[in-house]
Amino acid sequence: MIRNWRQFQDASIHRFFQFNGVLSILILLGIFFILFKDGLPALQQLGVGTFIQMIWNPTSFVQETYGMGAMIISTLMVTFLALLIAVPVGLGCAAYLSEVAPNWVREILKPVIEILAGIPSVVLGFLGIVIIGPWIARVFHLPNGLNALNGAILLAVMSLPTIISISEDAISSVPRAYKEASLALGASKWQTLIRVIVPSALSGIIASVMLGMGRAIGETMTVLMATGNALKTPTHILEAVRTMTATIAIELGEVPFGSEHYHGLFVIGFVLFVMTFLVNLVADIVLAKYQEVER
Amino acid sequence: MRKNVITLMSILAWGVGLIAGPVEAKTFVQVKGSDTEVNVVQRLAENFMKKDANTSIAVTGGGSGVGIAAIINRTTDLANSSRPMKDSEVAKAKANGVNPVGIAFAVDGLSVIVNPKNSLKALTMDQIGQIYRGEVTNWKQVGGPDGPITLYGRQPNSGTFVFFREGVVKGDYSNKMNQMNGNAQILEAVKKDAGGIGYVGIGYVVDDAGKVVAGISVLDVAKDSRGKPTSPLQLENIMSGAYPITRPLYQYFDKNNQAKVEGFVKYELSPEGMAVIKKDGFYPLTDQWKKHNAQFGF
Repeated sequence: MIRNWRQFQDASIHRFFQFNGVLSILILLGIFFILFKDGLPALQQLGVGTFIQMIWNPTSFVQETYGMGAMIISTLMVTFLALLIAVPVGLGCAAYLSEVAPNWVREILKPVIEILAGIPSVVLGFLGIVIIGPWIARVFHLPNGLNALNGAILLAVMSLPTIISISEDAISSVPRAYKEASLALGASKWQTLIRVIVPSALSGIIASVMLGMGRAIGETMTVLMATGNALKTPTHILEAVRTMTATIAIELGEVPFGSEHYHGLFVIGFVLFVMTFLVNLVADIVLAKYQEVER
Repeated sequence: MRKNVITLMSILAWGVGLIAGPVEAKTFVQVKGSDTEVNVVQRLAENFMKKDANTSIAVTGGGSGVGIAAIINRTTDLANSSRPMKDSEVAKAKANGVNPVGIAFAVDGLSVIVNPKNSLKALTMDQIGQIYRGEVTNWKQVGGPDGPITLYGRQPNSGTFVFFREGVVKGDYSNKMNQMNGNAQILEAVKKDAGGIGYVGIGYVVDDAGKVVAGISVLDVAKDSRGKPTSPLQLENIMSGAYPITRPLYQYFDKNNQAKVEGFVKYELSPEGMAVIKKDGFYPLTDQWKKHNAQFGF
């Protein structure tokens, strides 16, 4: 009897965990399905070609256009620029925290970085308008500082905590023996860090960069406030850009339910989802490859 | 700044009200929509609540398009809108069982603003259209100093965006226009940008004393090249229609829900309400719009 009860308990808990595991897959598929289903009418009515143009202006006075080119370029421009800033700073900070910093500094810095992650995006957007914007305008002699660079700096700040804490964990979990062996062979601290520790922690570091990228691609409020939102195709980083997330956020509030425009916004959502999905997939493949080599 | 402080105070006051606990059986009126109208309606609501302790009014922005979408979907009692509802929107509302009624409660002289460093004092409607369509890109082409023009405008969910496009630009905005998040953001951007041009509701360019706020210059606008440029800052220009970019500010409600909002709307249209509207920089209703309201019994 008792034995059966225990078997039943074990089986229930087994099922419960299994359900939780499957649930996240179901949610993912559900989101994928809804975005696709609500985007499909627009693709059918307007044709796929309509979306493969540069300019998005579905409420135009003259000719409605649904081109996604400019906003995809804008999103990629802001995201990669943000990573360009955040990755060196983040990795440097992670290496300092785990390898160089004395204990008491680490005790202070780590919680401070966690707090950085908790700043609401709308507050950062506000700082972009009142501090970074005017600063960019002054440095580059521009009429205003609402452009891709402003958005990228803010997104870099937002993705820093992710990059720092995950890379720091990865670097810290490199076995002590590697470091000791390297030092014993006469390598300097710098050589040990660059040639031994960072390569050993690479999988975690790549994961941190990818997660930071995911954070940057999907961020909405900050870029909406700081990038100027002009519809044109950007040609350099000091121009106003309107990203995919900003377009959805600006237009979804007032779009008539069920219209072509409404379904068009779901097409943007779908493409955005596919982009983040691919980023994560590539990250996973890289990780798997690396772990095989490691073994 | 003053308006920000007022908004902040009202949010705080509202928060304190929440903590103090609910008062018995209050009527709760939700007002949503136009960014141009949000401050003046907030003020009207505060004054109304002082008189009528049984009504609680919450005013939020988001843009006229957001307000109209909310009235169609029945998620607000009153929709502030700085443009009339489109036929397609009325049809959508009717299909949803909503019978929208639009009352005009104030008149706006939509102001075209530039930086004070810009020596230009006046433009014609045509020139403004050319500038915003992107056909004119240097101030010297319209009689100003030599220097590039930076365009600041609103986002498509804004009634001002739509009204200005239909009435002044008469075409698509240039793709280079920066789409700002609200009147206040346009104002701040033009203050900092010597080559900037923007359009905002008159309530945003004058302070309580009726003076133009520091750091911007309000252009006079002429109907055409032969017309005399007039300023939106003078009451008589608005009342006579001499200033070409005037528009009514609307509030939409569902006829089936009229009883709930009637008291507040009537207060806005009363002499007391009109005084608040004037103090905020907007203009009282002209006879044309009084007649418009009369057909709905207001």
